Amino acid sequence: MTAPPDDCLARNEWICGAYLSTRRQILFDAVVQHLQLTLLSVLIALVVALPLAVLARRWGWAAGPVLAVTTVLYTIPSLAMFSLLLPLYGLSAALVVAGLVLYSLTLLVRNILAGLRAVPEETRQAARGLGYGPVRLLLTVELPLALPAAMAGLRIATVSAVSLVTVGAIVGFGGLGNLIYAGMNTYFKAQVLTASVLCVLIAFAADLLLLGVQRLLTPWTRAART
Amino acid sequence: MSTLAASWDWLTDPAHWSGDDGIRHRLLQHLLLTVVCLLLSCLIALPVALVLGHLGKGGALAVNLSNVGRAVPTFAVLVLLLLTPVGRWGEGPTVVALVLFAVPPLLTNAYVGMREVDRGVVQAARGMGMTGRQLLFRVELPLALPLLLNGVRIAAVQLVATATIAALAGGGGLGRIITAGFNLASTPMVVAGALLVAVFALLVEGVFEVAERLVPRWARGGR
Repeated sequence: MTAPPDDCLARNEWICGAYLSTRRQILFDAVVQHLQLTLLSVLIALVVALPLAVLARRWGWAAGPVLAVTTVLYTIPSLAMFSLLLPLYGLSAALVVAGLVLYSLTLLVRNILAGLRAVPEETRQAARGLGYGPVRLLLTVELPLALPAAMAGLRIATVSAVSLVTVGAIVGFGGLGNLIYAGMNTYFKAQVLTASVLCVLIAFAADLLLLGVQRLLTPWTRAART
Repeated sequence: MSTLAASWDWLTDPAHWSGDDGIRHRLLQHLLLTVVCLLLSCLIALPVALVLGHLGKGGALAVNLSNVGRAVPTFAVLVLLLLTPVGRWGEGPTVVALVLFAVPPLLTNAYVGMREVDRGVVQAARGMGMTGRQLLFRVELPLALPLLLNGVRIAAVQLVATATIAALAGGGGLGRIITAGFNLASTPMVVAGALLVAVFALLVEGVFEVAERLVPRWARGGR
């Protein structure tokens, strides 16, 4: 009988270089799945949230119900949300995406609506006086001015989505959450710590990326501050 | 919707309400975890936030803590704690994780509330000869109360959600019904557990909604 190898994997250490080199492919796949789930759900939420917020802005009576429904959705804990969608989607990636869309939707609608509401009435009237129609007013005046608030919502939604994807491990589609879940059952410390750290890194990277995009899209806010 | 009917049957079956895995016990566990951890995190976060807000120091820390809290996955923290020595004392990892995730919203909201008190009011109070302590408790705290309470509400909702996820890492509470349902591949049980959690979370939110409408009235009437 050969002696068991005495490396950090065998000793089950938290930080383990051998884990990184031997499980590179598994980690890469998990990161890719994590990014796909996050990106897909935030994009769908954005596409749904924008018209909802614009409609809620246009018709005042719609704002109350829209905000109430999104608040209720946001209050439901993530694990329960995924479970409630189980009869509709089964054990699939679509279930995780659907749950994440519902959460991101709340944050995006609230923030875009707040941004649209913050557009000064004088600005709107000035644009109307210049002969802007409702569509042109929305696209070239209101939406650009609502952009900082909308981007703040998008950043929060994205960071939350990155963190919530891990709960998708309950149905087997949790990106890095899958590794954490598997690591928990086998007491595999290096795997749990590595996956957790990667998850936080993805969240911070996404936040910084969106911050950069926001700076590029709204050069006037920088000029005003200096 | 046959699944909903099956879930309803599961929920109304008296056999599922009793015992250690029963709904009643899980509900109590969930409530106890939420209340105890909310009190613990208030005891930790509020004094720190009030003092920092009063002194006007540590603003960057108080505000950024919330952002960091959002980026760190609850589930990852729960599992990491489970694998450390904390994991050996029963509900230890759950309690620590719950408190860790409830502190940031409490701290940030209370701090921002304290800083948003009108500086003119604070200066007027100083001019009337109020000491720092009087200023804190008689002027700043009452004025910061709405935002502070909003932080408590966000923390409570966060606690209910975190306590649910704790079931994935072996913690008690209503989430256990969901994870048990997944292990038994019983969709009705999963959905029943999820309904219980959702109703519980909405009730907690509702309690705060009502409390928020009542509190400013006596706060104003008292002065």
